[in-house]
Amino acid sequence: MEAGRTLAMGQDEAVGGGRQSVEAPFGKALTRLGHSRPDIVGLTADLGKYTDILPFRDAFPERFFNVGMAEQNLIAVAAGLARTGKVPFATTYGVFATRRAYDFVAIALAHSNLNVKIVAGLPGLTTGYGGTHQAIEDLALMRMIPGLTIIDPCDATEIEAATEAIAEHMGPVYMRLLRGSVPVVFEPGYIFEIGKARRLREGKDVGIISTGFMTERALDAADALHKQGISAGVLHVPTIKPFDAEAVVEFAGGVSHIVTAENHVVVGGLASLVVETLFDAGIAKKVTRIGLPDRYIECGSVPTLQAKYRLTTEAIVARIAALD
Amino acid sequence: MLRNSPPGTADISALERKATQLRRHMLTMARGQGQGYIGQGLGIADALAALYFHELRYDPNNLAWAERDRFLLSTGHYSIALWAALAEAGSIPVEELVSYGADNSRLEMSTLDTTPGVEMIGGSLGHGLGQGIGQALGLRVDRSDARVFVELSDGEMQEGSTWEAAMSASHFRLDGLVALIDCNGIQADGPIVLDMEPVADKWRAFGWETSEIDGNDMMAVVGALAGARQRNGKPKAIVLRTLPGKGVPRIESSEKSHFFRIDVAQWDGIISEFEKSTGLVQ
Repeated sequence: MEAGRTLAMGQDEAVGGGRQSVEAPFGKALTRLGHSRPDIVGLTADLGKYTDILPFRDAFPERFFNVGMAEQNLIAVAAGLARTGKVPFATTYGVFATRRAYDFVAIALAHSNLNVKIVAGLPGLTTGYGGTHQAIEDLALMRMIPGLTIIDPCDATEIEAATEAIAEHMGPVYMRLLRGSVPVVFEPGYIFEIGKARRLREGKDVGIISTGFMTERALDAADALHKQGISAGVLHVPTIKPFDAEAVVEFAGGVSHIVTAENHVVVGGLASLVVETLFDAGIAKKVTRIGLPDRYIECGSVPTLQAKYRLTTEAIVARIAALD
Repeated sequence: MLRNSPPGTADISALERKATQLRRHMLTMARGQGQGYIGQGLGIADALAALYFHELRYDPNNLAWAERDRFLLSTGHYSIALWAALAEAGSIPVEELVSYGADNSRLEMSTLDTTPGVEMIGGSLGHGLGQGIGQALGLRVDRSDARVFVELSDGEMQEGSTWEAAMSASHFRLDGLVALIDCNGIQADGPIVLDMEPVADKWRAFGWETSEIDGNDMMAVVGALAGARQRNGKPKAIVLRTLPGKGVPRIESSEKSHFFRIDVAQWDGIISEFEKSTGLVQ
């Protein structure tokens, strides 16, 4: 691959710690579920190829509907399917599911607590297509919708587990999708539970609270910091809503400084949730927010952009090592 | 289970009496709060009478019956007409109608979806057709022959999502889907503010088998619904030309027919005139 080149739509650049990976974990998990769950149907808005759902279409063509480039209709049709007892999984990009279809997600789905699962590609800074395609504020937007469950998975293991969990869960869900070749960070025995945070590393100096793929980097950063004599714990929070405030409060009690790490703007998402939670609990500790700035991001290659906006393991290490 | 067929057997004058009864219920409801979307309700009364007392397959005592035909009221603010139809069908008590729009009433002025008989949450216009398509697809997956009827309005066609849905219904060949497009010529800011004509041509161009009728002519309504029964691979659109306030001259002639508010004495006058003119009381 030519360095520094923006890739075509659907191509992904491997960014991360040289781990094993799984191809299309979401599509595999959904197809597997489709065999035992005839109530599951799939939908997309002309982004089936780019959201890993085509294995489901190929296995169950009568239960798959491509509505074309029409995200409002995608959500409305999914709502109607849910009213006939189906469990629709609707895929598109995060930017379109949120910015474009917000009224439909809020009213057609959440207000009626309909059992629709939105699976949203290109979360945060995972594409070089610029602000039109980078869902940097989706967690903040979706957090404001009452009754919507929001998941930001870390790796292939968690995506497969979360796909099963949200299929079991009754109610609307927004799940961020990592597509294509997705790294394996968690062991096969890893348990995902909606609404539960997982303490992955113990540490006493700094507590990193992370979500999405930033947890992979937080773990690598904790290892690197350990070699520098800094003890960093990691709390992985894959469910943004409902938020596991109890786990955050307990984790924060054992460290002197909190660092949040998210593939999202640092307003309205994980950082805001952590600060609200700590303040509500009367815990006054310094919080350092790692994430994207409150601005639109330019086009470019993903590794270049992630380095520039300091989402990399190295950037997390440097940021924490420089803390007082 | 109700469905009178074949269509030739429809008792037009009995259905007209049902429409009159629905209008009477709506006047009771509007009088309760002194206000409401009664212009729209009176305009659509004939279509709802034809649906609920002739065309729809449903059980008024079991509105959740899985094999029912669905009726989606996309314009949630037309709820006054839906409550009237459900009350006349015996699904909700007639005595409850006076609570329309009152605090804690389940007969909202704009439908939520918690009241039995409501198949979607209304209120945000442009939602109904897409949701109807989803229900029709779900019924197809289940190999059910139940049909889906969606009411939407001329003003609502200005929402782009209506056309996203219109495109996909013909693509999916949803021939058990019937759109009833109430063209009453009014919207919130007054007479239609953005010209939607030619309405029928638009639906035809989107692949719908389309008829256009006087929506206040029961014979025409019943005939159009009969024509829409064919399962021929095409969704059906019926453009209903209706008069807001139909059957109540004082509301028909009002410039405020989008949302109508008068005092109780005036409502009593209207009701008395209506009952005399329709023969409900001698």
